[in-house]
Amino acid sequence: MNVSFTMAGGLAERVDQIFVTLDHWAVAHTPGPLQWLVQILLIVVPILAVFPGLFALTTVLERKGLGRIQNRYGPNRVGPYGLLQPVADGLKALTKEDLVPRTADGVVHYLAPLVIVVTAFLVYAVLPVGRNMTAVHLNAGLLFFFAIGSATELAVFMAGWSSRNKYSLLGAMRAIAQMISYEVPLILSTIAVIMIAGTLAPEKIVLAQASYTGIFPHWYVFTPWGFAGFLLFMTAAAAETNRSPFDLPEGESEIIAGYIVEYSGFKFALFFLAEYLEIFAVSGLGITLFLGGWSAPLSFLAVIPSWIWFFAKLMVMICTFIWVRGTLPRLRMDQLMNFAWKFMLPMALVDMVCAGVWRFLPGGALWSVLRWVICTVIVVVPYVALARGLQMGKKVEQRVYRYAEEG
Amino acid sequence: MTVAFILLALITVAAAVAAMSMPRLVHCALALVVAFAGLGCIFLALGAEFVGLAQLLVYVGAVAILIVFAILLTRGSEISMRPGARSAFSGTVIALAVFAVLAHAVMTSRVSRIATTVAPPSNRVQEIGVELLHQYVLPLEVIGLLLTAVLIGAVILAWREKPAAEQEGARTR
Repeated sequence: MNVSFTMAGGLAERVDQIFVTLDHWAVAHTPGPLQWLVQILLIVVPILAVFPGLFALTTVLERKGLGRIQNRYGPNRVGPYGLLQPVADGLKALTKEDLVPRTADGVVHYLAPLVIVVTAFLVYAVLPVGRNMTAVHLNAGLLFFFAIGSATELAVFMAGWSSRNKYSLLGAMRAIAQMISYEVPLILSTIAVIMIAGTLAPEKIVLAQASYTGIFPHWYVFTPWGFAGFLLFMTAAAAETNRSPFDLPEGESEIIAGYIVEYSGFKFALFFLAEYLEIFAVSGLGITLFLGGWSAPLSFLAVIPSWIWFFAKLMVMICTFIWVRGTLPRLRMDQLMNFAWKFMLPMALVDMVCAGVWRFLPGGALWSVLRWVICTVIVVVPYVALARGLQMGKKVEQRVYRYAEEG
Repeated sequence: MTVAFILLALITVAAAVAAMSMPRLVHCALALVVAFAGLGCIFLALGAEFVGLAQLLVYVGAVAILIVFAILLTRGSEISMRPGARSAFSGTVIALAVFAVLAHAVMTSRVSRIATTVAPPSNRVQEIGVELLHQYVLPLEVIGLLLTAVLIGAVILAWREKPAAEQEGARTR
Protein backbone atom coordinates (compact mmCIF):
# COMPACT_ATOMS: atom_id res chain seq x y z
CA MET A 1 0.00 0.00 0.00
CA ASN A 2 1.18 3.46 -0.88
CA VAL A 3 2.42 5.61 2.01
CA SER A 4 0.57 8.79 0.98
CA PHE A 5 -2.74 7.03 1.30
CA THR A 6 -2.34 6.02 4.94
CA MET A 7 -5.67 7.50 6.03
CA ALA A 8 -7.61 5.93 3.19
CA GLY A 9 -5.37 2.90 3.49
CA GLY A 10 -6.26 2.43 7.16
CA LEU A 11 -9.96 2.59 6.41
CA ALA A 12 -9.62 0.29 3.43
CA GLU A 13 -7.65 -2.11 5.57
CA ARG A 14 -10.44 -2.17 8.13
CA VAL A 15 -13.16 -2.72 5.53
CA ASP A 16 -10.99 -5.36 3.92
CA GLN A 17 -10.63 -7.26 7.16
CA ILE A 18 -14.18 -6.62 8.44
CA PHE A 19 -15.24 -10.26 8.31
CA VAL A 20 -12.04 -11.43 9.96
CA THR A 21 -12.48 -8.84 12.72
CA LEU A 22 -16.13 -9.81 13.19
CA ASP A 23 -15.12 -13.44 13.39
CA HIS A 24 -12.50 -12.75 16.09
CA TRP A 25 -14.95 -10.51 17.96
CA ALA A 26 -17.69 -13.15 17.95
CA VAL A 27 -15.31 -15.85 19.13
CA ALA A 28 -13.88 -13.62 21.86
CA HIS A 29 -17.35 -12.78 23.17
CA THR A 30 -18.60 -16.32 23.59
CA PRO A 31 -18.07 -18.26 26.81
CA GLY A 32 -14.97 -20.46 26.77
CA PRO A 33 -16.48 -23.92 26.50
CA LEU A 34 -18.55 -22.92 23.46
CA GLN A 35 -15.73 -21.18 21.58
CA TRP A 36 -14.80 -24.18 19.46
CA LEU A 37 -18.42 -24.51 18.34
CA VAL A 38 -18.71 -20.84 17.39
CA GLN A 39 -15.39 -21.03 15.62
CA ILE A 40 -16.55 -23.98 13.51
CA LEU A 41 -19.96 -22.44 12.84
CA LEU A 42 -18.39 -19.19 11.70
CA ILE A 43 -16.40 -21.15 9.14
CA VAL A 44 -19.19 -23.41 7.95
CA VAL A 45 -22.25 -21.17 7.94
CA PRO A 46 -20.89 -18.44 5.62
CA ILE A 47 -19.87 -21.07 3.07
CA LEU A 48 -23.28 -22.72 3.33
CA ALA A 49 -24.99 -19.35 2.93
CA VAL A 50 -22.92 -17.48 0.36
CA PHE A 51 -22.35 -20.05 -2.33
CA PRO A 52 -25.90 -21.44 -2.58
CA GLY A 53 -27.00 -17.78 -2.71
CA LEU A 54 -24.60 -17.27 -5.57
CA PHE A 55 -26.05 -20.41 -7.15
CA ALA A 56 -29.55 -18.92 -7.00
CA LEU A 57 -28.30 -15.71 -8.56
CA THR A 58 -26.41 -17.61 -11.25
CA THR A 59 -29.45 -19.64 -12.34
CA VAL A 60 -31.31 -16.40 -13.10
CA LEU A 61 -28.27 -14.89 -14.75
CA GLU A 62 -27.72 -17.99 -16.85
CA ARG A 63 -31.31 -18.26 -18.01
CA LYS A 64 -31.41 -14.56 -18.76
CA GLY A 65 -28.08 -14.68 -20.57
CA LEU A 66 -28.97 -17.74 -22.61
CA GLY A 67 -32.31 -16.16 -23.38
CA ARG A 68 -30.62 -13.05 -24.71
CA ILE A 69 -28.17 -15.10 -26.78
CA GLN A 70 -31.09 -17.07 -28.21
CA ASN A 71 -33.11 -13.92 -28.86
CA ARG A 72 -35.79 -14.42 -26.21
CA TYR A 73 -36.49 -12.86 -22.83
CA GLY A 74 -35.77 -15.57 -20.28
CA PRO A 75 -37.53 -15.59 -16.90
CA ASN A 76 -39.22 -12.24 -16.27
CA ARG A 77 -42.44 -13.05 -14.41
CA VAL A 78 -41.45 -13.80 -10.81
CA GLY A 79 -40.32 -10.68 -8.98
CA PRO A 80 -38.51 -7.71 -10.49
CA TYR A 81 -36.58 -8.79 -13.62
CA GLY A 82 -37.40 -12.40 -12.75
CA LEU A 83 -35.02 -12.24 -9.80
CA LEU A 84 -37.25 -14.34 -7.56
CA GLN A 85 -37.31 -17.19 -10.06
CA PRO A 86 -34.92 -19.36 -7.96
CA VAL A 87 -37.34 -19.11 -5.03
CA ALA A 88 -40.14 -20.37 -7.22
CA ASP A 89 -37.89 -23.11 -8.60
CA GLY A 90 -36.85 -24.16 -5.11
CA LEU A 91 -40.46 -24.31 -3.88
CA LYS A 92 -41.40 -26.34 -6.93
CA ALA A 93 -38.55 -28.78 -6.31
CA LEU A 94 -39.54 -29.12 -2.66
CA THR A 95 -43.21 -29.80 -3.34
CA LYS A 96 -42.57 -32.33 -6.10
CA GLU A 97 -43.04 -36.01 -5.41
CA ASP A 98 -39.81 -37.85 -4.74
CA LEU A 99 -39.90 -40.71 -7.23
CA VAL A 100 -37.58 -43.68 -6.87
CA PRO A 101 -37.69 -46.37 -9.58
CA ARG A 102 -38.99 -49.71 -8.31
CA THR A 103 -35.89 -51.62 -9.33
CA ALA A 104 -33.51 -48.93 -8.08
CA ASP A 105 -30.98 -49.65 -5.41
CA GLY A 106 -32.62 -47.64 -2.63
CA VAL A 107 -29.72 -46.86 -0.33
CA VAL A 108 -27.19 -45.99 -3.02
CA HIS A 109 -29.82 -44.01 -4.93
CA TYR A 110 -30.49 -42.01 -1.77
CA LEU A 111 -26.83 -41.48 -0.89
CA ALA A 112 -25.58 -40.30 -4.28
CA PRO A 113 -26.96 -36.72 -4.16
CA LEU A 114 -25.78 -36.37 -0.57
CA VAL A 115 -22.25 -37.47 -1.40
CA ILE A 116 -22.04 -35.13 -4.37
CA VAL A 117 -23.29 -32.10 -2.43
CA VAL A 118 -21.09 -32.76 0.60
CA THR A 119 -17.96 -33.10 -1.52
CA ALA A 120 -18.92 -29.98 -3.49
CA PHE A 121 -19.13 -28.00 -0.25
CA LEU A 122 -15.98 -29.51 1.26
CA VAL A 123 -13.64 -28.13 -1.38
CA TYR A 124 -14.49 -24.57 -0.36
CA ALA A 125 -12.58 -25.18 2.85
CA VAL A 126 -9.26 -24.35 1.20
CA LEU A 127 -10.36 -21.56 -1.13
CA PRO A 128 -9.04 -18.12 -0.11
CA VAL A 129 -11.97 -15.78 -0.77
CA GLY A 130 -10.17 -12.75 0.66
CA ARG A 131 -7.11 -11.61 2.56
CA ASN A 132 -6.87 -13.87 5.65
CA MET A 133 -10.15 -15.44 4.62
CA THR A 134 -9.38 -19.10 4.10
CA ALA A 135 -11.61 -21.45 6.07
CA VAL A 136 -8.96 -24.08 6.77
CA HIS A 137 -5.22 -23.52 6.47
CA LEU A 138 -3.72 -26.63 4.97
CA ASN A 139 -0.16 -26.98 3.77
CA ALA A 140 -1.39 -29.33 1.10
CA GLY A 141 -4.55 -27.38 0.30
CA LEU A 142 -4.43 -28.01 -3.43
CA LEU A 143 -4.05 -31.72 -2.84
CA PHE A 144 -7.08 -31.55 -0.56
CA PHE A 145 -9.07 -29.82 -3.28
CA PHE A 146 -8.35 -32.52 -5.83
CA ALA A 147 -8.62 -35.40 -3.38
CA ILE A 148 -12.08 -34.35 -2.26
CA GLY A 149 -13.08 -33.38 -5.78
CA SER A 150 -12.25 -36.84 -7.06
CA ALA A 151 -14.98 -38.30 -4.85
CA THR A 152 -17.48 -36.64 -7.18
CA GLU A 153 -16.83 -39.32 -9.78
CA LEU A 154 -17.90 -41.95 -7.33
CA ALA A 155 -21.12 -40.10 -6.56
CA VAL A 156 -21.84 -39.89 -10.27
CA PHE A 157 -21.29 -43.60 -10.58
CA MET A 158 -23.56 -44.25 -7.59
CA ALA A 159 -26.30 -42.14 -9.15
CA GLY A 160 -26.00 -43.74 -12.55
CA TRP A 161 -25.72 -47.32 -11.41
CA SER A 162 -28.33 -47.30 -8.69
CA SER A 163 -31.03 -45.86 -10.96
CA ARG A 164 -31.19 -49.06 -13.03
CA ASN A 165 -31.76 -47.13 -16.19
CA LYS A 166 -29.70 -47.54 -19.31
CA TYR A 167 -29.55 -43.81 -19.95
CA SER A 168 -28.43 -43.22 -16.39
CA LEU A 169 -25.68 -45.77 -16.65
CA LEU A 170 -24.63 -44.53 -20.07
CA GLY A 171 -24.53 -40.97 -18.79
CA ALA A 172 -22.56 -42.01 -15.73
CA MET A 173 -20.01 -43.92 -17.82
CA ARG A 174 -19.61 -40.96 -20.11
CA ALA A 175 -19.31 -38.58 -17.20
CA ILE A 176 -16.71 -40.68 -15.39
CA ALA A 177 -14.67 -41.28 -18.54
CA GLN A 178 -14.73 -37.56 -19.19
CA MET A 179 -13.88 -36.58 -15.63
CA ILE A 180 -10.96 -39.01 -15.44
CA SER A 181 -9.62 -37.88 -18.81
CA TYR A 182 -9.79 -34.19 -18.00
CA GLU A 183 -8.58 -34.55 -14.44
CA VAL A 184 -5.12 -35.29 -15.83
CA PRO A 185 -4.63 -31.97 -17.70
CA LEU A 186 -6.44 -30.16 -14.87
CA ILE A 187 -3.92 -31.33 -12.28
CA LEU A 188 -0.94 -31.11 -14.62
CA SER A 189 -1.71 -27.48 -15.43
CA THR A 190 -1.75 -26.67 -11.71
CA ILE A 191 1.66 -28.29 -11.31
CA ALA A 192 3.22 -25.45 -13.29
CA VAL A 193 1.90 -23.00 -10.69
CA ILE A 194 3.05 -25.19 -7.82
CA MET A 195 6.54 -25.35 -9.34
CA ILE A 196 6.81 -21.58 -9.57
CA ALA A 197 5.13 -20.72 -6.27
CA GLY A 198 6.88 -23.57 -4.46
CA THR A 199 3.90 -24.34 -2.25
CA LEU A 200 0.68 -26.33 -2.21
CA ALA A 201 -1.12 -23.87 0.06
CA PRO A 202 -3.65 -21.77 -1.94
CA GLU A 203 -3.28 -18.69 0.28
CA LYS A 204 0.48 -18.68 -0.23
CA ILE A 205 0.02 -19.00 -3.99
CA VAL A 206 -2.18 -15.89 -3.87
CA LEU A 207 0.38 -14.05 -1.76
CA ALA A 208 3.07 -14.90 -4.29
CA GLN A 209 1.02 -13.09 -6.94
CA ALA A 210 -0.15 -10.16 -4.81
CA SER A 211 2.74 -7.81 -5.52
CA TYR A 212 3.05 -5.19 -8.26
CA THR A 213 5.57 -3.85 -10.76
CA GLY A 214 4.55 -0.23 -11.13
CA ILE A 215 0.80 -0.57 -11.20
CA PHE A 216 0.72 -3.99 -12.85
CA PRO A 217 0.22 -7.17 -10.83
CA HIS A 218 2.38 -10.31 -10.85
CA TRP A 219 -0.47 -12.63 -11.75
CA TYR A 220 0.65 -15.89 -13.24
CA VAL A 221 -1.74 -15.49 -16.14
CA PHE A 222 0.54 -12.70 -17.43
CA THR A 223 3.39 -15.12 -18.14
CA PRO A 224 3.62 -17.44 -21.15
CA TRP A 225 3.32 -20.61 -19.09
CA GLY A 226 0.63 -19.06 -16.90
CA PHE A 227 -1.46 -17.98 -19.85
CA ALA A 228 -1.29 -21.41 -21.46
CA GLY A 229 -1.87 -23.03 -18.07
CA PHE A 230 -4.88 -20.85 -17.39
CA LEU A 231 -6.53 -21.73 -20.69
CA LEU A 232 -5.78 -25.42 -20.18
CA PHE A 233 -7.04 -25.26 -16.61
CA MET A 234 -10.32 -23.56 -17.46
CA THR A 235 -10.97 -25.85 -20.43
CA ALA A 236 -10.31 -28.89 -18.29
CA ALA A 237 -12.44 -27.34 -15.55
CA ALA A 238 -15.36 -26.93 -17.93
CA ALA A 239 -15.03 -30.58 -18.89
CA GLU A 240 -14.58 -31.68 -15.30
CA THR A 241 -17.83 -30.02 -14.27
CA ASN A 242 -19.73 -31.31 -17.32
CA ARG A 243 -20.19 -27.81 -18.53
CA SER A 244 -21.04 -26.96 -22.13
CA PRO A 245 -19.44 -27.62 -24.66
CA PHE A 246 -18.43 -30.73 -22.72
CA ASP A 247 -21.93 -31.44 -21.41
CA LEU A 248 -22.51 -34.67 -23.26
CA PRO A 249 -22.84 -36.77 -20.08
CA GLU A 250 -26.07 -34.89 -19.52
CA GLY A 251 -26.93 -34.18 -23.15
CA GLU A 252 -30.59 -33.32 -22.72
CA SER A 253 -31.35 -34.09 -26.33
CA GLU A 254 -29.75 -37.55 -26.52
CA ILE A 255 -29.59 -39.23 -23.13
CA ILE A 256 -32.11 -37.04 -21.28
CA ALA A 257 -29.83 -35.60 -18.59
CA GLY A 258 -27.78 -38.77 -18.15
CA TYR A 259 -27.10 -39.96 -14.66
CA ILE A 260 -29.67 -37.70 -13.04
CA VAL A 261 -32.60 -38.83 -15.19
CA GLU A 262 -34.17 -40.93 -12.42
CA TYR A 263 -33.97 -38.18 -9.82
CA SER A 264 -36.88 -35.92 -9.13
CA GLY A 265 -37.85 -33.17 -6.76
CA PHE A 266 -35.27 -32.03 -4.29
CA LYS A 267 -32.72 -34.71 -5.06
CA PHE A 268 -32.57 -33.38 -8.60
CA ALA A 269 -32.16 -29.89 -7.18
CA LEU A 270 -29.27 -31.17 -5.07
CA PHE A 271 -27.48 -32.45 -8.17
CA PHE A 272 -28.10 -29.14 -9.84
CA LEU A 273 -26.74 -27.31 -6.81
CA ALA A 274 -23.69 -29.54 -6.64
CA GLU A 275 -22.92 -28.97 -10.29
CA TYR A 276 -22.95 -25.20 -9.87
CA LEU A 277 -21.01 -25.39 -6.62
CA GLU A 278 -18.33 -27.33 -8.47
CA ILE A 279 -18.23 -24.72 -11.20
CA PHE A 280 -17.79 -21.95 -8.62
CA ALA A 281 -15.17 -23.92 -6.73
CA VAL A 282 -13.09 -24.80 -9.74
CA SER A 283 -13.41 -21.25 -11.09
CA GLY A 284 -12.35 -20.00 -7.68
CA LEU A 285 -9.34 -22.29 -7.84
CA GLY A 286 -8.52 -21.01 -11.30
CA ILE A 287 -8.70 -17.47 -9.95
CA THR A 288 -6.49 -18.43 -7.02
CA LEU A 289 -3.90 -20.13 -9.18
CA PHE A 290 -3.67 -17.82 -12.16
CA LEU A 291 -5.67 -14.63 -11.65
CA GLY A 292 -4.11 -13.52 -8.38
CA GLY A 293 -6.93 -14.70 -6.13
CA TRP A 294 -8.22 -11.80 -4.08
CA SER A 295 -5.52 -9.33 -5.16
CA ALA A 296 -6.52 -6.22 -7.09
CA PRO A 297 -5.83 -6.07 -10.85
CA LEU A 298 -4.04 -2.69 -10.55
CA SER A 299 -2.08 -1.56 -7.52
CA PHE A 300 -4.13 1.60 -6.82
CA LEU A 301 -7.33 -0.46 -6.87
CA ALA A 302 -6.19 -2.29 -3.75
CA VAL A 303 -8.32 0.08 -1.64
CA ILE A 304 -11.32 -1.97 -2.73
CA PRO A 305 -11.67 -4.90 -0.31
CA SER A 306 -10.06 -8.17 -1.33
CA TRP A 307 -13.24 -10.24 -1.04
CA ILE A 308 -14.99 -7.95 -3.52
CA TRP A 309 -12.19 -8.65 -6.00
CA PHE A 310 -12.49 -12.38 -5.51
CA PHE A 311 -16.22 -12.40 -6.11
CA ALA A 312 -15.94 -9.95 -9.00
CA LYS A 313 -13.47 -12.27 -10.68
CA LEU A 314 -15.75 -15.19 -9.93
CA MET A 315 -18.68 -13.39 -11.59
CA VAL A 316 -16.57 -12.72 -14.67
CA MET A 317 -15.71 -16.42 -14.86
CA ILE A 318 -19.36 -17.42 -14.43
CA CYS A 319 -20.45 -15.02 -17.15
CA THR A 320 -17.79 -16.45 -19.44
CA PHE A 321 -19.09 -19.95 -18.76
CA ILE A 322 -22.63 -18.82 -19.61
CA TRP A 323 -21.39 -17.11 -22.76
CA VAL A 324 -19.52 -20.24 -23.84
CA ARG A 325 -22.57 -22.39 -23.12
CA GLY A 326 -24.74 -20.15 -25.23
CA THR A 327 -22.44 -20.08 -28.23
CA LEU A 328 -20.63 -23.40 -28.63
CA PRO A 329 -22.13 -26.69 -29.86
CA ARG A 330 -21.70 -29.90 -27.92
CA LEU A 331 -18.71 -32.13 -28.69
CA ARG A 332 -19.00 -35.74 -29.77
CA MET A 333 -17.63 -38.48 -27.52
CA ASP A 334 -14.66 -39.30 -29.77
CA GLN A 335 -13.84 -35.61 -30.24
CA LEU A 336 -13.95 -35.22 -26.47
CA MET A 337 -11.52 -38.05 -25.81
CA ASN A 338 -9.20 -37.10 -28.66
CA PHE A 339 -9.09 -33.54 -27.41
CA ALA A 340 -8.24 -34.65 -23.88
CA TRP A 341 -5.52 -37.14 -24.66
CA LYS A 342 -4.02 -35.85 -27.88
CA PHE A 343 -4.15 -32.13 -27.28
CA MET A 344 -4.74 -31.18 -23.64
CA LEU A 345 -2.34 -33.70 -22.11
CA PRO A 346 0.68 -32.93 -24.35
CA MET A 347 0.06 -29.21 -23.97
CA ALA A 348 -0.09 -29.55 -20.19
CA LEU A 349 3.24 -31.39 -20.24
CA VAL A 350 4.76 -28.73 -22.50
CA ASP A 351 3.46 -26.11 -20.11
CA MET A 352 5.21 -27.86 -17.22
CA VAL A 353 8.50 -27.83 -19.13
CA CYS A 354 7.96 -24.16 -19.90
CA ALA A 355 7.38 -23.37 -16.23
CA GLY A 356 10.57 -25.22 -15.35
CA VAL A 357 12.56 -23.21 -17.89
CA TRP A 358 10.99 -19.99 -16.58
CA ARG A 359 11.90 -20.94 -13.03
CA PHE A 360 15.55 -21.72 -13.69
CA LEU A 361 16.55 -19.07 -16.21
CA PRO A 362 18.63 -16.38 -14.46
CA GLY A 363 17.25 -12.96 -13.55
CA GLY A 364 18.45 -9.58 -14.82
CA ALA A 365 17.17 -7.05 -17.33
CA LEU A 366 18.27 -8.82 -20.50
CA TRP A 367 17.35 -12.25 -19.26
CA SER A 368 13.83 -11.27 -18.22
CA VAL A 369 13.13 -10.27 -21.82
CA LEU A 370 14.89 -13.34 -23.17
CA ARG A 371 13.00 -15.52 -20.73
CA TRP A 372 9.75 -14.20 -22.11
CA VAL A 373 10.78 -14.94 -25.68
CA ILE A 374 12.08 -18.44 -24.90
CA CYS A 375 9.02 -19.43 -22.89
CA THR A 376 6.62 -18.05 -25.48
CA VAL A 377 8.35 -20.11 -28.14
CA ILE A 378 8.23 -23.20 -25.94
CA VAL A 379 4.45 -22.85 -25.64
CA VAL A 380 3.46 -21.53 -29.04
CA VAL A 381 5.48 -23.86 -31.30
CA PRO A 382 4.06 -27.11 -29.83
CA TYR A 383 0.61 -25.54 -29.86
CA VAL A 384 0.76 -24.79 -33.57
CA ALA A 385 2.45 -28.12 -34.35
CA LEU A 386 -0.12 -30.10 -32.34
CA ALA A 387 -3.06 -28.27 -33.84
CA ARG A 388 -1.70 -28.74 -37.38
CA GLY A 389 -0.81 -32.37 -36.70
CA LEU A 390 -4.25 -33.22 -35.38
CA GLN A 391 -5.87 -31.43 -38.28
CA MET A 392 -3.83 -33.38 -40.82
CA GLY A 393 -5.79 -35.74 -43.03
CA LYS A 394 -9.08 -34.33 -41.84
CA LYS A 395 -11.25 -32.34 -44.14
CA VAL A 396 -13.26 -29.67 -42.43
CA GLU A 397 -16.38 -29.02 -44.41
CA GLN A 398 -19.95 -28.12 -43.90
CA ARG A 399 -21.88 -30.90 -42.29
CA VAL A 400 -24.43 -32.70 -44.43
CA TYR A 401 -27.57 -33.74 -42.62
CA ARG A 402 -28.54 -36.98 -44.28
CA TYR A 403 -31.94 -37.45 -42.74
CA ALA A 404 -33.05 -34.03 -41.68
CA GLU A 405 -32.94 -32.56 -45.17
CA GLU A 406 -34.56 -35.39 -47.10
CA GLY A 407 -38.16 -34.73 -46.14
CA MET B 1 -7.69 -37.53 19.28
CA THR B 2 -8.44 -40.98 20.72
CA VAL B 3 -12.19 -40.52 20.22
CA ALA B 4 -11.62 -39.54 16.61
CA PHE B 5 -9.29 -42.49 16.14
CA ILE B 6 -11.76 -44.97 17.65
CA LEU B 7 -14.61 -43.65 15.52
CA LEU B 8 -12.54 -43.74 12.35
CA ALA B 9 -11.18 -47.18 13.15
CA LEU B 10 -14.68 -48.51 13.78
CA ILE B 11 -15.96 -47.07 10.51
CA THR B 12 -12.97 -48.43 8.60
CA VAL B 13 -13.24 -51.92 10.07
CA ALA B 14 -17.01 -52.04 9.64
CA ALA B 15 -16.68 -50.96 6.01
CA ALA B 16 -13.96 -53.52 5.40
CA VAL B 17 -16.15 -56.26 6.87
CA ALA B 18 -19.05 -55.07 4.75
CA ALA B 19 -16.84 -55.13 1.68
CA MET B 20 -16.20 -58.81 2.27
CA SER B 21 -19.68 -59.89 3.25
CA MET B 22 -22.18 -58.02 1.11
CA PRO B 23 -23.97 -60.07 -1.52
CA ARG B 24 -23.74 -57.62 -4.42
CA LEU B 25 -20.37 -56.88 -5.91
CA VAL B 26 -20.97 -53.15 -6.47
CA HIS B 27 -22.01 -52.73 -2.84
CA CYS B 28 -18.80 -54.47 -1.82
CA ALA B 29 -16.82 -52.04 -3.96
CA LEU B 30 -18.58 -49.03 -2.45
CA ALA B 31 -18.02 -50.36 1.07
CA LEU B 32 -14.36 -50.80 0.17
CA VAL B 33 -14.26 -47.14 -0.82
CA VAL B 34 -15.55 -46.20 2.62
CA ALA B 35 -12.76 -48.29 4.13
CA PHE B 36 -10.19 -46.50 1.93
CA ALA B 37 -11.58 -43.13 2.93
CA GLY B 38 -11.54 -44.11 6.60
CA LEU B 39 -7.90 -45.11 6.29
CA GLY B 40 -7.11 -41.80 4.63
CA CYS B 41 -8.84 -39.95 7.47
CA ILE B 42 -6.82 -41.89 10.03
CA PHE B 43 -3.65 -40.76 8.26
CA LEU B 44 -4.94 -37.19 8.38
CA ALA B 45 -5.79 -37.51 12.07
CA LEU B 46 -2.25 -38.73 12.71
CA GLY B 47 -0.91 -35.57 11.08
CA ALA B 48 0.29 -37.24 7.91
CA GLU B 49 -1.36 -34.70 5.65
CA PHE B 50 0.29 -35.68 2.42
CA VAL B 51 -0.12 -39.42 2.83
CA GLY B 52 -3.75 -39.04 3.89
CA LEU B 53 -4.67 -36.83 0.96
CA ALA B 54 -2.72 -38.98 -1.47
CA GLN B 55 -4.59 -41.99 -0.11
CA LEU B 56 -7.91 -40.23 -0.78
CA LEU B 57 -6.83 -39.02 -4.22
CA VAL B 58 -5.45 -42.33 -5.40
CA TYR B 59 -7.76 -44.84 -3.75
CA VAL B 60 -11.09 -43.01 -3.59
CA GLY B 61 -10.53 -41.11 -6.80
CA ALA B 62 -8.82 -43.62 -9.04
CA VAL B 63 -8.69 -47.16 -7.71
CA ALA B 64 -12.35 -47.16 -6.69
CA ILE B 65 -13.41 -46.01 -10.15
CA LEU B 66 -11.20 -48.69 -11.67
CA ILE B 67 -12.86 -51.34 -9.52
CA VAL B 68 -16.42 -50.29 -10.31
CA PHE B 69 -15.61 -50.01 -14.00
CA ALA B 70 -14.09 -53.49 -13.94
CA ILE B 71 -17.20 -54.84 -12.25
CA LEU B 72 -19.51 -53.10 -14.69
CA LEU B 73 -17.59 -54.12 -17.80
CA THR B 74 -17.44 -57.76 -16.74
CA ARG B 75 -21.17 -57.76 -15.94
CA GLY B 76 -20.34 -58.75 -12.39
CA SER B 77 -22.85 -56.27 -11.02
CA GLU B 78 -25.71 -58.45 -12.21
CA ILE B 79 -24.57 -61.47 -10.24
CA SER B 80 -25.91 -61.64 -6.75
CA MET B 81 -24.11 -64.21 -4.67
CA ARG B 82 -23.35 -65.24 -1.16
CA PRO B 83 -19.67 -65.08 -0.44
CA GLY B 84 -18.22 -68.54 -0.35
CA ALA B 85 -19.27 -70.19 2.91
CA ARG B 86 -17.64 -73.35 1.59
CA SER B 87 -14.13 -72.02 1.95
CA ALA B 88 -14.82 -69.97 5.07
CA PHE B 89 -12.70 -72.10 7.38
CA SER B 90 -9.62 -72.36 5.18
CA GLY B 91 -10.01 -68.69 4.29
CA THR B 92 -10.00 -67.69 7.93
CA VAL B 93 -6.92 -69.79 8.62
CA ILE B 94 -5.05 -68.30 5.68
CA ALA B 95 -6.07 -64.77 6.65
CA LEU B 96 -4.92 -65.30 10.24
CA ALA B 97 -1.63 -66.77 9.05
CA VAL B 98 -0.99 -63.82 6.75
CA PHE B 99 -1.90 -61.42 9.55
CA ALA B 100 0.47 -63.19 11.94
CA VAL B 101 3.35 -63.00 9.48
CA LEU B 102 2.72 -59.33 8.72
CA ALA B 103 2.29 -58.45 12.39
CA HIS B 104 5.52 -60.25 13.25
CA ALA B 105 7.36 -58.46 10.46
CA VAL B 106 6.03 -55.07 11.56
CA MET B 107 6.70 -55.61 15.25
CA THR B 108 10.28 -56.74 14.74
CA SER B 109 11.13 -54.20 12.04
CA ARG B 110 13.50 -51.32 12.55
CA VAL B 111 10.72 -48.80 11.87
CA SER B 112 8.66 -49.83 14.87
CA ARG B 113 11.56 -49.15 17.20
CA ILE B 114 11.98 -45.53 16.12
CA ALA B 115 10.87 -43.24 18.91
CA THR B 116 7.64 -41.49 17.91
CA THR B 117 8.12 -38.52 20.19
CA VAL B 118 10.09 -36.67 17.53
CA ALA B 119 8.15 -33.58 16.50
CA PRO B 120 6.94 -33.87 12.91
CA PRO B 121 8.42 -31.33 10.49
CA SER B 122 6.20 -28.34 9.71
CA ASN B 123 6.29 -28.48 5.93
CA ARG B 124 6.00 -32.18 5.30
CA VAL B 125 5.01 -32.05 1.66
CA GLN B 126 8.17 -30.21 0.74
CA GLU B 127 10.33 -32.58 2.77
CA ILE B 128 8.73 -35.60 1.16
CA GLY B 129 9.44 -34.07 -2.23
CA VAL B 130 13.07 -33.32 -1.38
CA GLU B 131 13.60 -36.80 0.02
CA LEU B 132 11.99 -38.40 -3.02
CA LEU B 133 14.21 -36.54 -5.45
CA HIS B 134 17.44 -36.87 -3.50
CA GLN B 135 17.79 -39.94 -1.36
CA TYR B 136 15.10 -42.07 -2.98
CA VAL B 137 15.50 -40.96 -6.56
CA LEU B 138 16.56 -44.41 -7.81
CA PRO B 139 13.50 -46.26 -6.45
CA LEU B 140 11.36 -43.46 -7.85
CA GLU B 141 12.87 -43.88 -11.28
CA VAL B 142 12.47 -47.64 -11.12
CA ILE B 143 8.81 -47.26 -10.22
CA GLY B 144 8.41 -44.81 -13.09
CA LEU B 145 9.98 -47.32 -15.46
CA LEU B 146 7.70 -50.04 -14.17
CA LEU B 147 4.62 -47.89 -14.64
CA THR B 148 5.71 -47.00 -18.17
CA ALA B 149 6.11 -50.69 -18.93
CA VAL B 150 2.65 -51.36 -17.51
CA LEU B 151 1.21 -48.55 -19.60
CA ILE B 152 2.79 -49.86 -22.78
CA GLY B 153 1.62 -53.37 -21.92
CA ALA B 154 -1.92 -52.15 -21.44
CA VAL B 155 -1.85 -50.33 -24.75
CA ILE B 156 -0.57 -53.46 -26.51
CA LEU B 157 -3.27 -55.57 -24.89
CA ALA B 158 -5.90 -53.12 -26.06
CA TRP B 159 -4.32 -52.84 -29.51
CA ARG B 160 -5.49 -56.23 -30.78
CA GLU B 161 -9.07 -55.12 -31.23
CA LYS B 162 -8.02 -52.15 -33.32
CA PRO B 163 -8.83 -53.47 -36.84
CA ALA B 164 -12.39 -54.42 -35.89
CA ALA B 165 -12.92 -51.07 -34.23
CA GLU B 166 -11.61 -49.29 -37.30
CA GLN B 167 -14.00 -51.12 -39.58
CA GLU B 168 -16.81 -50.26 -37.22
CA GLY B 169 -15.83 -46.62 -37.31
CA ALA B 170 -15.59 -46.63 -41.11
CA ARG B 171 -19.03 -48.15 -41.44
CA THR B 172 -20.79 -45.69 -39.20
CA ARG B 173 -19.08 -42.79 -40.82
